[in-house]
Amino acid sequence: MMGVTEASLRVNALSYAYGNKAALSDINFSVNAGECTILLGPNGAGKSTLFSLITHLFDTRDGDIFINGFDIKRQSCQALSQLGVVFQQSTLDMDLSVLQNLYYHASLHGMRRGQASLRIQEELERQGMFARKDEKVSSLNGGHRRRVEIARALLHKPSLLLLDEPTVGLDVTSRQGIVQHVHDLCSNGQLSVLWATHLIDEVYPSDQVIVLHQGKIQAQGGVESVCQAQGVESISQAFQQLTQVHNV
Amino acid sequence: MTFRHAIIALKGIVKRELWRFLRQRERFVAALVRPLVWLFVFAAGFRSTLGIAIIPPYQTYILYEVYIAAGLIGMIQLFNGMQSSLSMVYDREMGSMKTLLISPLPRWFLLSSKLLAGTFVSILQVYVFLLIAWFYDIQAPWLGYLSLFPALILSGLMLGALGMLLSSFIKQLENFAGVMNFVIFPMFFMSTALYPLWKIKESSLLLFSLASYNPFSQAVEFVRFALYGQLNVYAFVYTLLAFVVFMLLAVWGYNPSKGMMVKKTTGPR
Repeated sequence: MMGVTEASLRVNALSYAYGNKAALSDINFSVNAGECTILLGPNGAGKSTLFSLITHLFDTRDGDIFINGFDIKRQSCQALSQLGVVFQQSTLDMDLSVLQNLYYHASLHGMRRGQASLRIQEELERQGMFARKDEKVSSLNGGHRRRVEIARALLHKPSLLLLDEPTVGLDVTSRQGIVQHVHDLCSNGQLSVLWATHLIDEVYPSDQVIVLHQGKIQAQGGVESVCQAQGVESISQAFQQLTQVHNV
Repeated sequence: MTFRHAIIALKGIVKRELWRFLRQRERFVAALVRPLVWLFVFAAGFRSTLGIAIIPPYQTYILYEVYIAAGLIGMIQLFNGMQSSLSMVYDREMGSMKTLLISPLPRWFLLSSKLLAGTFVSILQVYVFLLIAWFYDIQAPWLGYLSLFPALILSGLMLGALGMLLSSFIKQLENFAGVMNFVIFPMFFMSTALYPLWKIKESSLLLFSLASYNPFSQAVEFVRFALYGQLNVYAFVYTLLAFVVFMLLAVWGYNPSKGMMVKKTTGPR
């Protein structure tokens, strides 16, 4: 059951391997309600594997994942209903319009037509995309597709939003817009965010940070505390230090 | 999962499949042209060489075009089943399959809904084909067009489940050509779609056995009888069992911990 103090996401002693090669080793962390947690890691650190496990695309063999107290393995439907996801690769249907994509998602979450229409309008307006609702997704640029994906991920009012490198391939303006928007969503305390990235400038001083490297958590905590622990002034330096030391 | 949620999701999945199908007009045309070419060209050419004796469900001598019509209905559903599985491999590569798999519904339900959606698309194609065939004087009793509907659901589900099972084994879109060569063509040609079993038996006992056990043959026979308002119990049971087996294997194949999804992720990310 969901408790008052239950974290939005809790990962306990999670390990995963592809054959003999370990991808994740003994991962432990929590994302609390209203927190924006940035999962920092270079390419190949294990971020996408972690996301596949949290979204139940892969099954957890060692360790546990709880979303709002629901075990992803045993209560996967309840757990997944709490989750909004934006994957690194676009998962929109290019042949369909923006509206059709969103109605499809709403139906998968059991939303009635009227309720879905209302939420679609709210979220598309928030993303500044309502005027383009009838356009085919394939005619949108990368930044606009991302906005539609974020609108879609929030349609069913999830309590936890997962973003797997959502700004890859976008121009600077689109990137800044998305980073700002996601941080704004967290600020009212209703939504928690786990944001995987390797781009340091997406981290805000108020964020929680997890540095993942070679499948292991190298550091975690507030931006300031991670910097202090490494004896450096910026998160960029801390990230470099934490990921280079282990490359030697 | 509540009943209401299940119904809304099922409607959404079916609607998406129809939207996609209608948006891809060339797919619709191709799906119709294929059986029509067989009917107008192949069947017309073989009309004089392939005489068909009186065999159930037909009550009189029939033209070859009439015989082959049921086989071509099967062909539409076979290709549609494979097309659906091709689109599942494509969706998986392009990522849109993830949208389906991370929704808060049991995976068996999601796969069954997707299967049902694909089946409805194939039924739409079949009835358009039959409408054109009607004007070509291939006409079944009116009741037959009604009794055909449930038969098409089962045969479509069986062939769709086979496609889904294959898609869980296929790693990349490029590998799909192999499916054409090793699954679709052998299934189609070693069946009763083009010639009745007794004709095959005259030529080769081995081919006769293969065609008899081919689930596609039984689906075609089930459809053939249904089109004339009759139930072929053996073909019905065989098609049903084949559907159950293919579906169970497909659900296993898409299980995140047990099936082919695990075997596909053998390389590090």
